[in-house]
Amino acid sequence: MSSETVTSAGYIKHHLQNLTFGQHPDGTWGLAHSAEQAKEMGFWAIHVDTMGYSVVLGLLFLWLFRKAAKNATAGVPGGLQNFVEWIVEFIDTSVRGSFSGRNDLVAPLALTIFIWIFLMNLMDLVPVDWIPQVATWVGVHAFGADPHHVYMKVVPTTDPNATFGMAFAVFFLVLYYSFKVKGIGGFMGELTLQPFQSKNAIIQTVFIPVNFILEFVSLIAKPISLALRLFGNMYAGEMIFILIALMFNAGLALGVFGGFLQLGWAIFHILIITLQAFIFMTLTIVYLDMAHHAH
Amino acid sequence: MNINLTLIGQSIVFALFVIFCMKFVWPPIMQALRNRKQQIADDLAAGEKGRHELELSKKRAVEVMHDAKGKAADIVSNAEKRAGEISDEAKEKAKEDADRIIAGARGEIEQEINRAREQLRKAVAELAVAGAGKILEKEVDEKAHSQLVDNLVKQL
Repeated sequence: MSSETVTSAGYIKHHLQNLTFGQHPDGTWGLAHSAEQAKEMGFWAIHVDTMGYSVVLGLLFLWLFRKAAKNATAGVPGGLQNFVEWIVEFIDTSVRGSFSGRNDLVAPLALTIFIWIFLMNLMDLVPVDWIPQVATWVGVHAFGADPHHVYMKVVPTTDPNATFGMAFAVFFLVLYYSFKVKGIGGFMGELTLQPFQSKNAIIQTVFIPVNFILEFVSLIAKPISLALRLFGNMYAGEMIFILIALMFNAGLALGVFGGFLQLGWAIFHILIITLQAFIFMTLTIVYLDMAHHAH
Repeated sequence: MNINLTLIGQSIVFALFVIFCMKFVWPPIMQALRNRKQQIADDLAAGEKGRHELELSKKRAVEVMHDAKGKAADIVSNAEKRAGEISDEAKEKAKEDADRIIAGARGEIEQEINRAREQLRKAVAELAVAGAGKILEKEVDEKAHSQLVDNLVKQL
């Protein structure tokens, strides 16, 4: 094991680097051993840790809720069923409150988004070194890797790839239902004929490009803000956990202080992770509702 | 990557965090879930009770209807009986009235006949006396023969 001391910058960088699998410039496929190598892989690389944790957490959600659904009874619910019913009821109320159209996709989508994002965010509460240290140990002892080259980022929502992936999926649905419900003409009209309107045909023609620029920006802003809000909040939260973790090496007083900070931040984060999952879900419902509404 | 104090510090804090959650985050959630469960159990019990009561009241309603039908039949039969009685009474009364009226009428007729007979008698007597007086002229003393004439009148 390497005995070099870790600098603060190195520690932070190490924590913010995903485990990346892709093609090296020399043509071979493999894991990136440094941030530079990961960058050289370009677009055609994959963050193994992000994918792995999100898929595992997604499967956990599906397995748990499927189990509850299979054993559901009409009588007094047991522990798991009660919990699942509670959440489903909550989601259902949210959807009923915000979504006025008729679409069987929206409520299950909202449920999946809420629970999945919540579980991914929940990884943020696990101490920042726990899983990376285990991964390092496994990497060094099982694969003979250099401990400095084993990267592991455990919170998938701190990876913009994950948040943008979800946001683009939602955006695709928004576009699909906009075209389906309003038709091509209706959707185009919505993009070009408002907010500025005029009865005079010439002035209206002048307004069309202006309207289009405004509406197009607000349309594009939807998935970007959706993704960046979640990513930004979780990334900042993770960053603060990492910074606090640095204090443990800086003497007893600072270490104890850092401990209290971490505790406080973790408790505060219970709220943040739930809130971010809820916001993502609510905005998804609202965007889909807007897609179903002809003006 | 080094294993150092950071890991231990984080672990201690995580333990504290878990204790905090156990004390302050978990119980309210569990309480909410328990309340929900209790609520559902109560609601289901209330529903069951309601269903049971509905069944009972249905049974009761059937009984009440049955009673009501019996009573109605009694009332109708009583009424029919009473109506028969009333009409019988009315018939009897009418008959009595008719009899009385007939009897009265008969009496009156009898009286009229008697009166007419009396008048006839008197008229015949007078006629007879007048006739006899005309025949006998002065020979017949009206007073002396009045008794004779009266007897004659009575015989008529």
